[in-house]
Amino acid sequence: MSDVVEKTLTALPSLLSLDSQPGSAKLSSTAKLGNLIRGITELTSKHEEEKLIQHELASIKEQVSSPNTTMRQMRELMVRAVYCEMLGYEASFSYIHAIKLAQQGNVLEKRVGYLAVSLFLNESHELLLLLVNTVLKDLQSTNLIEVCMALTVVCQIFPKDMIPVILPIVEEKLNHPKEIIRRKAVLALHKFYLIAPNQVQHIHNKFRKALCDKDPGVMTASLHIYLQLIQENAEAYKDLTASFVTILKQVVGGKLPMDFNYHSVPAPWLQIQLLRILSLLGKNDQRTSEVMYEVLDESLRRAEMNHNITYAILYECVKCVYTIHPKSELLEKAAKCIGNFVLSPKINLKYLGLKALTYVVQQDPKLALQHQMTIIECLDHSDVIIKRETLELLFRITNAQNVTVIVEKMLDFLRLSKDDHMTIDIVGKVAELAEKYAPDNEWFIQTMNAVFSLGGDMMQPEIPNGFLKLLSEGFDSEEEDRKLRLFAVSSYISLLQGEPSKLPQRFLQVICWVLGEYSFLKEDLEPSVVLGLLTKLLDMKSSSSETKSWVLVAMTKLCWSEAAVSEAQQVAETYSSSFDTTLRQRAQELQHLSRDSQLHSRVLPPGGRLEPDEVDSSLSFLDGFVSEALSAGAAPYKPLHQRQEELSRSKVLSLEPYGLSLPISTSSCSITDRQSPTLLSTSSGLSGDGTDFSHRGSSTTLRLDGVKRVWGREGYLAQKKPVEEVAQVEVPSPLRSPSQQGDANSCRSKTPTPTANPECDQEKQQLASSLFGGLSSQSSVCLMEKSEPDIQRFRRKAKGQRSSSTTNEQRANPTVSSASAVDNLLCNNLLEADTEPINSSAKQTFQHPHSLSVANGACDAEAILTDGDPKERNQPLSSEDFVEADDSPPREDQERSKDSCLTPHLPAELSGFSHSEIIPLCSSQSLDLSACHVQTDNSVVLVVFITNTSEDANLQIQVLSEELEVFCVCESPVEEVRGRSVSVRQYSLTVKMPLVHFELVGMLSYSIPAGMPQAMMQFSYKLPLTSFIRPLTVSTEEYGSMWLAFSHDTKQNLTLIKEEREPLTATLNALNKKLSLHVVEIIGVEGLVACSLLQDQPCLMHCRVHAGRLAVWLRSPVPDLPDCLLYHCQRALQEP
Amino acid sequence: MDGWMDGWMDGWMDGWMGGWVDGLLLTIGITSSFQMQFMLLFSRQGKLRLQKWYVPLSDKEKKKITRELVQTVLARKPKMCSFLEWRDLKIVYKRYASLYFCCAIEDQDNELITLEIIHRYVELLDKYFGSVCELDIIFNFEKAYFILDEFLLGGEAQETSKKNVLKAIEQADLLQEEAETPRSVLEEIGLT
Repeated sequence: MSDVVEKTLTALPSLLSLDSQPGSAKLSSTAKLGNLIRGITELTSKHEEEKLIQHELASIKEQVSSPNTTMRQMRELMVRAVYCEMLGYEASFSYIHAIKLAQQGNVLEKRVGYLAVSLFLNESHELLLLLVNTVLKDLQSTNLIEVCMALTVVCQIFPKDMIPVILPIVEEKLNHPKEIIRRKAVLALHKFYLIAPNQVQHIHNKFRKALCDKDPGVMTASLHIYLQLIQENAEAYKDLTASFVTILKQVVGGKLPMDFNYHSVPAPWLQIQLLRILSLLGKNDQRTSEVMYEVLDESLRRAEMNHNITYAILYECVKCVYTIHPKSELLEKAAKCIGNFVLSPKINLKYLGLKALTYVVQQDPKLALQHQMTIIECLDHSDVIIKRETLELLFRITNAQNVTVIVEKMLDFLRLSKDDHMTIDIVGKVAELAEKYAPDNEWFIQTMNAVFSLGGDMMQPEIPNGFLKLLSEGFDSEEEDRKLRLFAVSSYISLLQGEPSKLPQRFLQVICWVLGEYSFLKEDLEPSVVLGLLTKLLDMKSSSSETKSWVLVAMTKLCWSEAAVSEAQQVAETYSSSFDTTLRQRAQELQHLSRDSQLHSRVLPPGGRLEPDEVDSSLSFLDGFVSEALSAGAAPYKPLHQRQEELSRSKVLSLEPYGLSLPISTSSCSITDRQSPTLLSTSSGLSGDGTDFSHRGSSTTLRLDGVKRVWGREGYLAQKKPVEEVAQVEVPSPLRSPSQQGDANSCRSKTPTPTANPECDQEKQQLASSLFGGLSSQSSVCLMEKSEPDIQRFRRKAKGQRSSSTTNEQRANPTVSSASAVDNLLCNNLLEADTEPINSSAKQTFQHPHSLSVANGACDAEAILTDGDPKERNQPLSSEDFVEADDSPPREDQERSKDSCLTPHLPAELSGFSHSEIIPLCSSQSLDLSACHVQTDNSVVLVVFITNTSEDANLQIQVLSEELEVFCVCESPVEEVRGRSVSVRQYSLTVKMPLVHFELVGMLSYSIPAGMPQAMMQFSYKLPLTSFIRPLTVSTEEYGSMWLAFSHDTKQNLTLIKEEREPLTATLNALNKKLSLHVVEIIGVEGLVACSLLQDQPCLMHCRVHAGRLAVWLRSPVPDLPDCLLYHCQRALQEP
Repeated sequence: MDGWMDGWMDGWMDGWMGGWVDGLLLTIGITSSFQMQFMLLFSRQGKLRLQKWYVPLSDKEKKKITRELVQTVLARKPKMCSFLEWRDLKIVYKRYASLYFCCAIEDQDNELITLEIIHRYVELLDKYFGSVCELDIIFNFEKAYFILDEFLLGGEAQETSKKNVLKAIEQADLLQEEAETPRSVLEEIGLT
């Protein structure tokens, strides 16, 4: 072909001169582009090309800015500029001219202008704003082609903030008589939905109209939107299931015009789109699934033609069948399909078959058994991608019996892999499998050695962290721990004696830490020998300074023998003048500790670990300080990502809330942050601890599928569990079908399997038996666990929950930050004297929160919401109310009497609801103002009681708040209050922006008697956020989809209520009772909780028991709400 | 000193952009899973002939991706699988004569249907140009873009009926010829 190119190019000049002749429409490019292209092909070097293009660009630049250039010439220039950009040369000067061309040119010139714009600019380019008017004009044009062009460009790039400008016109186009316009309008709305979902919320019913459009193209376009909507919230669209099924039936039945056929298959794209939608709708929903069984069966049956496109449909069908509520007939057919794929000689189909198998093996592990020989062949396939997919499949079926073989295969692959991304991925998987299924210590350490050497410095930092944590925490048996550590030490010593310069830095760091901690376990090993090996690391050129500081820390731990000390001091000497401050610091420590053996043995007791110090990771001792700062008007703390988000929002005019924000995992820095006593964190600074562990690896989604997906071939697998446990004893269960039994037996007895190729040699069969061993008996519940890689670290062996595990986690974390073990050491020991006072003073503030709040609120005529003993109040409102608690007894009496005498004055419509204590706001000689707040179902009402003890009075009250919307529920602001009576005002309150506490300030101006000069009084009233919190009843599925949609979040670890049996349930119940949060579901160690700020501002909370603490993660569409709510949760749980 | 700062900024941007791209792909993975990410056409010699990006990326990132992908795809042997894994994405490619068509999709998307999308696009080009060859695309690359935009919009199949796509293109072309004939003669003289 390239020869053809060459030949034609030499003939080009003559061809181009024929431009105006008939048939030349195909080569209508202008002479100049032709010249350019020809010029480029004649060049021999990259350098010449660069020169030529730069020259070309200079000439384009000159021409575009010349006033004499016509639009037609401009069009040609733009084409050339696009060409230059495609070759990788920047032509940004032409961007503005492309916009001008789209604006001013005639239809053809516009077409090129719009094309150039869509190729040149991306969504966030500021020049795009200049396009808005042009698009607007063209959308309103009477020329259909112009409208089409405008819609096309809108579908590709349009500034998000400007959507409202054109939205009404695009909406209008949904009714356009031409189907092409309607179709493009639907796609434009889809685009809007993707970039700014809430701007098109009001037109959801128009989408339905598009779905019913008589033109199949428009209907197909609308499916894009529906797929998106259903992905986010399947519940809301269940009613459309029957419609989708009907459409699919018609399509499959060939009811569409022939135009839509592709290789005589009716509208394959449409079919696939519908199958995707159906699988989302039918997921975990038996009733909906039943509606679609018939059409799925039909699809499976019809798609028998031997063409790629039918396979594409089949694949989607199979996925759908395995996603929805299971039906055995369909599953059987789908399994057969997968079998055909896997066995196909076509490599693309084989790949897809493996992918499908990987997808379904979680539900149906036995399916892998049927194809074991094929899988083994694929393992040695010459194409990397097939191997890779096979390993993925094996990873999913790994169990304790086949782990060594599978891990070996994965390591083999790693040794040959050159792709970083794949390496990182597989290294993580090997580490996960090794921790979960390691048969013995030796294997485990060796596998991890391979992981560290192969993974190098690219692997996720969690792997070394997890490994060190595992080593330091140990398991149930002390002896086992010792053996494991000892083995690690021996293995590392021999590695260091080899060629340590070949080991990656991360691995060296792990080695340093382990040797520092545990080399004493090896009794015949002199510390000075270890020290010598470590010194070698220091001298190596390849060692990074981070590694060096790990080495120094390890040395610090080791220098307790005579010989070691002298060696250590030499090293310390050298590095105490290092340019690197961290190294210098470590060297100083080494120097001091090696000199003073007494100090050394106190700080680092030989042969043992320090008892870890309890660390209050929630920084609750700062609560007093924080609440003081908050009530003094300080802004609540926002985590970094939220601040950045808000910052970026303030830069551009965003008219809608942000999409999903990615939690930034900051585990490395938070450890040091946490120990800094000056960190002002109400609640959210600690995104780096426990909660992160539980969510990392699972991307950002809640693992709802993993929990719910208990479907199997015959229905719920849960029901089969006992049967499969029986099978684990290797007795073929009578319940299994004969063929499956055959498979299982054959793989164990090493006889050829029914599906096996008779030629396949003994070796492969052996491999098969070792790979698939235990698989037939493996319960899928086990497989489910595998889909949650985040928990594996703590699952290796049963381990009782330790009270100190939070701190253990910290101790074991040193790999994360450069050397936080040292930080720990410094903070806890060397700097003990410094940290102590800060700590204790902070504790003091915490112990007297009410003294603070009283002091804070004790201004003139200002009242704080003070409540008496909870028992004495008529109806406790929320836990928050008692936090401010305990006032002096006399006042309490007074209040109680006030309460009882004013309660009858509560408006009748509010009497059914609980109200807070009535408290005095301010008083003058003749007027007494008191108030309380009442929580109704959908609002909070502030009730102000005005007690007039003298004559009639005119008065005017204003109540204001910065953070609350205050509506007065009364006719006029001025009111006459008769003498010796009580008048009542109501204010309905809604939240403008969430705060921990809200403060209302009020002004009362009055004249007594009416008509006399006015006097004024000021008052204030405080109420907690919790008054506005209502339970939010949602289903788990709704919760899941809402979760993804919310962008503001915060995480923290909270105290778990100490209860023997069900600490999680107890804790959530407490939250439910005190803060009226709705508990959606409790699944194992996780709990889902939902609430909303009044009616419409939801906040979701995901809780997980982790290391004896409750790791919570709150999310909401409302900024600050998660933080404020977290504060209250924390308070509620600290209360007795 | 300047040089040092420049180098530092570059390094920082590299790392940052990389992270951003990964994050971006992750985000897209959650919200919309079946959208094509980009399409590249390049020759056997590794020359880019057409590029269409459906996700916003910086020029630098685009160049890097293109370079890496062209290299990877060209290194593959003819009988190998048409799919490959690359970063978080799946690459689906097919060679037609001297041209490679290469699409990036997400892992959960359907590779086979993407292969057919490529094929349908080739069919469209073929029908439009009348047995298309690489030269048609080189010299009329804007036409190739127009056809692509009429077929795939924002990374989704917009119109899968061959007739409808070509009808839309021809209507616009027709206009072009009407408007062009009277002027082109004059202009051509003026130009050449």
